[in-house]
Amino acid sequence: MARFKGTKEYVASRELEVAVNAAVALQRPLLVKGEPGTGKTVLAQEIAKALGYPLIEWHIKSTTKAQQGLYEYDAVSRLRDGQLGDPRVHDIANYIVRGKLWDAFEAEQPVVLLIDEIDKADIEFPNDLLLELDRMQFFVYETRKTVAARHRPVVIITSNNEKELPDAFLRRCFFHYIRFPDRETMERIVEAHYPDIRQDLLREALNVFFEIREVNELKKKPATSELLDWLKLLTIEDMPAEALRSSDAKTALPPLYGAMLKNEQDVHLFERLAFLARRRGG
Amino acid sequence: MFAPFILALRAAGVPASIMEYLALLRAMKEGIAGFSVDDFYHLSRAALVKDERHLDRFDRVFGEIFKGLEAPQGEAPRELPAEWLRKLAERVLTPEEMEQIKALGDFDALMETLKKRLEEQKGRHQGGSKWIGTAGTSPFGAHGYNPEGVRIGQENSRHRRAVKVWDQRQFRDLDEDEALSSRNMKVALRRLRRFARTGAATELDLPGTIGATARNGGSLDLHMVPERHNAVKVLLLMDIGGSMDDHIRICQELFTAARSEFKHLEFWYFHNCLYERVWRTNRRRRETERPTMELLRTYGPDWRLVIVGDATMSPYEIIQPGGSVEHWNEEAGQVWMGRATRHFRKAAWLNPVDPAHWRYTQSIGILQRLMDNRMYPLTLAGLETMARELAR
Repeated sequence: MARFKGTKEYVASRELEVAVNAAVALQRPLLVKGEPGTGKTVLAQEIAKALGYPLIEWHIKSTTKAQQGLYEYDAVSRLRDGQLGDPRVHDIANYIVRGKLWDAFEAEQPVVLLIDEIDKADIEFPNDLLLELDRMQFFVYETRKTVAARHRPVVIITSNNEKELPDAFLRRCFFHYIRFPDRETMERIVEAHYPDIRQDLLREALNVFFEIREVNELKKKPATSELLDWLKLLTIEDMPAEALRSSDAKTALPPLYGAMLKNEQDVHLFERLAFLARRRGG
Repeated sequence: MFAPFILALRAAGVPASIMEYLALLRAMKEGIAGFSVDDFYHLSRAALVKDERHLDRFDRVFGEIFKGLEAPQGEAPRELPAEWLRKLAERVLTPEEMEQIKALGDFDALMETLKKRLEEQKGRHQGGSKWIGTAGTSPFGAHGYNPEGVRIGQENSRHRRAVKVWDQRQFRDLDEDEALSSRNMKVALRRLRRFARTGAATELDLPGTIGATARNGGSLDLHMVPERHNAVKVLLLMDIGGSMDDHIRICQELFTAARSEFKHLEFWYFHNCLYERVWRTNRRRRETERPTMELLRTYGPDWRLVIVGDATMSPYEIIQPGGSVEHWNEEAGQVWMGRATRHFRKAAWLNPVDPAHWRYTQSIGILQRLMDNRMYPLTLAGLETMARELAR
């Protein structure tokens, strides 16, 4: 049985590896939560890569229905065909459109199925998928056929906690909460993405980054993806490390702050803090 | 095999079920965890905990079960203020020892010595002459000084290797009653919104009708759907100024959350207790004032009334005419509270003060009674109870 381990590009903690392996071995869905920007979606891609399975992504929106993941009956085109006298109209199977779950179930080899941001959908959405995820099969009423999984797919579900998920659904999943990485892990993550970043720049940037995260009043704290964007900008601009050092993050806006502070209130907050610090200092 | 563990988890309020237990056993059999305790910790956490708010409780239970420690009785372990510990140290250690430690210099060292001393004391006095407890100095009851119970120095321990992952309790902030952000509040308030979408099927479902008609081969098939009652109406009254200054931040968060959650949200300010006038902007109070009577006329009984305030004041401000600290009020605050709660059948009071202190403030008790016990703490759990209560 293939085991999941962190890859060169994706730094996985031991607890994440255990959770993934448990979910894979027991063939149960893995529910991943965590601050936005800590790599929940990327995780599925990495699991697929590590296990050597293809990845099927199902991105959920507020209008997504559970049924759309299974199949849809395209009644309107059947009506149109019926009026045009198309012979296809006699076979209802011609108007069944497969969903992502169907694709995952019927695949020739096991796949990784990502159900991304399940909390975006209606509150009943997870309940509607209970049986399908449990038995890995469903019934197509129109053709009276059962679609069963040839190989149980590895199901990864991410949630941003916008809605609470029903207990019955949770009971069927393994759960992992991606904690915000500490400094050491963060260094490894950055190195995995930008292997030849200047060390002095990285050190100073991380100082600034973690100081910003310590400001408690922030509406949206910058996360890993923001840090990576910011570092990329800094490298492109070829910012000297001293430019970061001179500015204590608590008292002044760091250069190119737009990559990290995404909220005008947060920017105001920093300006206010900077003003206070200047007054105190001056 | 791990039955006591599961039972302890359930007792601590982590809703682990038999299904999850079986999953854990199967995963053990598959050899996911190998023979490492850390892996077992990670595995059982992934299998048994499904909500990050419960992670901290899980860590606590895991620590207790697999160290064979007894849980401290009485109050749950809690962070102790440094000041309090310092005082305790002064009491337990001799002045000479204190001097020595001062020479060593740091707080960690102090806590380390204190911990050792308390352990010694515990051992020596097993006979039953209760060493500190009955002296009445401890807010934690007779077992309060149990070093495991109060976790003295564990977080700061210099013996790093002794600190287990679960002892670090990294998920403390995610526990339900702590850390409130407007985002968390939104999730809690959503309970209210959900309720608003039910009702009888009274509207024509156009896409449904078209679909059904097509399925029917062209003959008409009407479909109805419930009307979208997407409009929970919330009237938010906020106490402003005075003792509420300590709670400004949390109230702001609540306000932001409520703002984005409800289409129909009206907010007004009052001071300490509801009287004959409320106002819309605190800065331009005179210009934006409205009689409370007008409020009751404007907003129908289907509005949900949410009052936010610490309810901490002199009892006279509620029960006496003219008791207000700001102006002469013809009618007592309780008369106005009565009018409001009679008019708005769905009403609740959110109180940012820690519920543990409620009973020490007389005015909180009075208002709690006036609200028919519908006063809830301004925590996530409190918000959820309130939302459930209001949605009923």
